[in-house]
Amino acid sequence: MKSLLKNLIDAFEDRTGLIGQMKQAALHKVPPGAKWLYVFGSATLFAFFLQVFTGIILATTYVPSSGQAYDSLNFITNEAAFGHVVRGLHYFGASAMIILIGLHTIRVFLTGSYKYPREVNWLTGALLMPLVLGMAFTGQLLRWDQNGVWGVMVAAEQAGRTPFIGKYVAHFILAGDTVGGATLTRFYALHVFIIPGLIFLLIGLHLYLVLRNGISEPPRSGHPVNPLTYRAEYHEMLEREGRPFWPDAAWRDVVFGFAMIVVVFALAWFVGPPALGNPPNPSLLHAVPRPDWYFLWYFALFALMPPSLESLAILSIPVVLGILFLCLPFINNKGERSPLRRPWAVAFVLATLIMIGTLWHLGVKSPWSPDFSAKPLPAEVVRVTSGPAYEGAILFHQKGCEYCHNIDGYGGHRGPNLSYVADFMTEREMKLRIMNGRGNMPAFAAILKPQELADLLAFLETRHRNAGLMAKPVVTQQDPR
Amino acid sequence: MPPEEKLYLPESAADKKMADRRRFLAGLSATLGGLAVVLAGFPLLGFLFSPLIKKTPRIWRRVGPVEKFEVGKTVAVSFTDATPLPWAGVTSETAAWLRRESETEFTAFAVNCTHLGCPVRWLQSAELFLCPCHGGVYYANGDVAAGPPPLPLPRYPARIRKGQVEILTSPVPITPFTF
Repeated sequence: MKSLLKNLIDAFEDRTGLIGQMKQAALHKVPPGAKWLYVFGSATLFAFFLQVFTGIILATTYVPSSGQAYDSLNFITNEAAFGHVVRGLHYFGASAMIILIGLHTIRVFLTGSYKYPREVNWLTGALLMPLVLGMAFTGQLLRWDQNGVWGVMVAAEQAGRTPFIGKYVAHFILAGDTVGGATLTRFYALHVFIIPGLIFLLIGLHLYLVLRNGISEPPRSGHPVNPLTYRAEYHEMLEREGRPFWPDAAWRDVVFGFAMIVVVFALAWFVGPPALGNPPNPSLLHAVPRPDWYFLWYFALFALMPPSLESLAILSIPVVLGILFLCLPFINNKGERSPLRRPWAVAFVLATLIMIGTLWHLGVKSPWSPDFSAKPLPAEVVRVTSGPAYEGAILFHQKGCEYCHNIDGYGGHRGPNLSYVADFMTEREMKLRIMNGRGNMPAFAAILKPQELADLLAFLETRHRNAGLMAKPVVTQQDPR
Repeated sequence: MPPEEKLYLPESAADKKMADRRRFLAGLSATLGGLAVVLAGFPLLGFLFSPLIKKTPRIWRRVGPVEKFEVGKTVAVSFTDATPLPWAGVTSETAAWLRRESETEFTAFAVNCTHLGCPVRWLQSAELFLCPCHGGVYYANGDVAAGPPPLPLPRYPARIRKGQVEILTSPVPITPFTF
């Protein structure tokens, strides 16, 4: 019996040669020092497999139709057995993939692994990065709730800033004059066929190059890459002290990948997928469109950049960054690899992380957005129960002041906090500012009647720091968001 | 050079003829392959770009009787796109902010902020449009009051016919490159 099986395997191997190839790949020698810093690439791959399988399962029920996708997702989330978990796995798997591809990129950059002879390894990875981000973006759209619809709109508007052809690109993205029946299926085709196909292709190429050029050895400072001698030195080192990839190095990939899957599973099970928003009806105007967490920093960038630069920046930021990212190893492919000898590389990574982190933090808080949930000021903040100041407090909410200005913990953060405005502005200054506006303050001259303006000023005049001596101001209430 | 490659070097007239033949066959294959791609690709690209090629008709949609709207007030109205696809469902709806300027005059504003297209909200008591995304603000006439929007709120054509207010279905306004 055993010999029959062995004969079968031998015959298969004779006809295909696959087993030998796989053995060769599994047992190829890798540098001994490649330890825990080298697990992010394989973990990205494991996360991708998770996305493929959960994605296929979701596709068995998801209806890619502008009119029905929302209902099918509601069914998947609330009624299908394990549907909630499958959606959660797909969502947190996507998040994991983005974090891991980011970590992998940072590691490769900091250890100079993109240098000779691995320039094309970097190139294939640098092409995979925007594809992964593209999956994240189109994936959020396929959720096809209100956020999905306005996400398409924002994408179309950004593309619309392309000089000359912008309008056509925008309507090509929308698949027509407006969001409609043909819009969702474009993104479905991208998310399910086009981008994954390209990702498979590039991963194949990426892995082939990893095998061909070998895993980069951990850098040692004072040992710069010299393209003339690098390959010979690398192979000599492998002969001397290389270890078989399987299982000497691979076990770390498996352990880390396993931990990643456990975390994703736990999040999917206990936290669950992002809730579906309102239905994708473009005529429902009570929407607060926000990208998923991975693009919040980019969302924040567009709130904060000078509007005059915006048209230029919308296009040129991704294009310039993309080109620099792709070209990196062709600009600089030799010399020191150790981060200890490359302070600019370390500084660049830190600066990028700080920038994205700060923008992300601001994106979560979105202080530039009006606070639509602002309620009329409570009695303990108003402190009077009749007269002009009381009327003014009501107007402060009614006329929209409170959407942007905060008083004692109530209201938005778009404009200055007015809790103690009477301490730093005279009545005349306040009047001029309200009537004429300035910068981001609208002019209310045509909106307020003279009596209303007088009441509003009377109220603002009571906003002193020491006003608390008369009544205790409440400052504990936090912004509900 | 390895000896087996040497065999292919054209040395005699016969070899030269063979080389010409190979060049011709390679050219033929490349040309036919290219033609096949163009032939099959032409309708595919046409299909993909059809939203740009096929013009959507623009039609007047009723949004309500004139007397429903108060002079000086701005309200949200919705209407169905000109030629909704049968499976479009709720996505075939479009909204506009309709302001009754006077007894006979209506202004219809697009709901899309000119910054990045988010839906602006009208606050009647403050008489301002506010955008929930990046904090754009517009006055009642659509002019920019604050924030990043580069242009005033676009308008859709509106008219009164037989006691009904009508809005002309229009493409979503796309803010062009401005600098």
